[in-house]
Amino acid sequence: MTNQLYGPVDDVAAQAGHADDHPPRVGFLTDTSVCIGCKACEVACKEWNLVPEDGMDLLGSSYDNTGDLGANTWRHVAFIEQAAPRRELVDLGMPGKGPPGHVAEGLPDAPPGGQQTEQSDRDVRWLMMSDVCKHCTHAACLDVCPTGSLFRTEFGTVVVQEDICNGCGYCVPACPYGVLDVRPEDGRVWKCTLCYDRLSDGMEPACAKACPTDSIQFGPLDELRERGAQRVRELHEAGVEEARLYGEDPNDGVGGDGAFFLLLDEPEVYGLPPDPVVTTRDLPSMWKHAAAAGATAAAAVIAAFVGTRR
Amino acid sequence: MPAKPTRRGGEQSMVPRAEFQSYYGRPVIKPPTWKTPDVPAYFFLGGLAGASSAMATLAEIGGRPRLVRIGTLAAGLGAAGGTAALIHDLGRPERFLNMLRVFKPTSPLSMGSWLLASFGTLSGAAAASTVTGLLPRAGTAARAGAAVLSPVMMTYTAVLVADTAVPIWHDGHRELPFVFAGGSLTSGGGLGMVCAPPKDSGPARAMAVAGAGLELVAEQRMSSRLGMVAEPYHRGRSGRWMRAGKLLTAAGALGTLAARRSRVASVASGAALLAGALCTRFGVFDAGMVSAKDPKYTVVPQRHSHDHEH
Repeated sequence: MTNQLYGPVDDVAAQAGHADDHPPRVGFLTDTSVCIGCKACEVACKEWNLVPEDGMDLLGSSYDNTGDLGANTWRHVAFIEQAAPRRELVDLGMPGKGPPGHVAEGLPDAPPGGQQTEQSDRDVRWLMMSDVCKHCTHAACLDVCPTGSLFRTEFGTVVVQEDICNGCGYCVPACPYGVLDVRPEDGRVWKCTLCYDRLSDGMEPACAKACPTDSIQFGPLDELRERGAQRVRELHEAGVEEARLYGEDPNDGVGGDGAFFLLLDEPEVYGLPPDPVVTTRDLPSMWKHAAAAGATAAAAVIAAFVGTRR
Repeated sequence: MPAKPTRRGGEQSMVPRAEFQSYYGRPVIKPPTWKTPDVPAYFFLGGLAGASSAMATLAEIGGRPRLVRIGTLAAGLGAAGGTAALIHDLGRPERFLNMLRVFKPTSPLSMGSWLLASFGTLSGAAAASTVTGLLPRAGTAARAGAAVLSPVMMTYTAVLVADTAVPIWHDGHRELPFVFAGGSLTSGGGLGMVCAPPKDSGPARAMAVAGAGLELVAEQRMSSRLGMVAEPYHRGRSGRWMRAGKLLTAAGALGTLAARRSRVASVASGAALLAGALCTRFGVFDAGMVSAKDPKYTVVPQRHSHDHEH
């Protein structure tokens, strides 16, 4: 049982106490280079999981009128509009029509991750990304939950048991990605379950099922990591040098994400933290300092009585 | 806005640049859903109860019956009031007993719940015995038992807030327990000064002065070590709380030193110390909210560590 709080973990489900014959760890690879911002994932998630509506607002942030992940949003599609210098067009390999094996003609006018403008000197680059709970290897939400409501499933995912949660809210600021939140009218915390119910029946999560471009890919994590690395190589070869994986590295601050991403810009542009660290990494140090402070306080009280004359 | 360089002897000044990218200025992490005044009031009451309990037991050993009575009652009432505030803060208060469903060392709130349950029971029993005069020996044993737990009561709430992704709390995890320990001592001592005549409150005065020194020094060290992350301690409403806390604590400590014989000065100084400790807890709480809501405090330090460590 090594690396309980920090560092790479070979088998998160076994570390959490699941029997050796548990299924492989699964997750998402969200490849933003082929996301078209259709929000089918948001809708499918809401429908399957019976997630309540989260406000019908116009936010004024491109096509994003959802805002962020929260108790009532378990998939959130971010839209970023950027002015970028004009350059050679790249076929991103969007799926097309035709029988299996048929090589679709790429959209001939699509620049990397975006669309073309009529201005001669620049393009508008339109980034879209479907965000989701990262199902971290070291999940701070799970670590700090005082009731045992949050738990690690046999699939290596992190799920809230709503019949246990008492709404203490500790997981909310503990998450380095800002995923969890309390549903105000309900008092409890809700988040993506990676469709635990569907997984148990051998089905893929609703968002991945609904994604028309395979931007959201579901599968065993080992396989997704290979697929993600391969996809980055392809994009680099095609000249999309800014393609990079985010959250796939087991040596990162959370031991790697179960749901990781292929991004076309820095993570903070999409609202993701650039270098997240599970807060419980420092828990031993916190308790050490608290012990020292407590000892100091106890010594001060003793000295106050010993040193005071009548 | 250029970042101000910090000066610390010998250490390299590595203050990150203040320019950063974000997703429409939205927060990266979620602010705590904890309510004001419930949670900061609990921090104050828990610390007050802890210091009072230590004061009561040492006063019993030292033969100071007035401080025994004051400390015992304050510990019992403080723990009861703090527990009520915590339960009121839950999204599902009727499920508060779920806190004792598991014993989970990775969750400071789980550890805190067990601590508060034990401390509250012991200090409540001691207070009940003091009020009713029944079972004095059991009362003394309960008081001593609570005193054994008191150093943790004075400091664990600092671990509670530090074990989150909130930058100003997490990054301050080394000093925050000392700030809270100092504030607990000033409030416990301050209460002794308010309730007991000067001839009986000598040790309470010593506690208060020691606590004030500890709190002010720890706060100063924390602020200078954190650099830009500590901004909310100096700006806006949270900055005003912190300044008020410092001024009241310093004034209370000076008043304590200057007028040891005057009942009026003693009450005024004690009240200032109590108010100072309360303001600092509200300031730390408020600063955490600001720190969570502004993506700057999450992105800038993480971008810095990402660029320098990977």
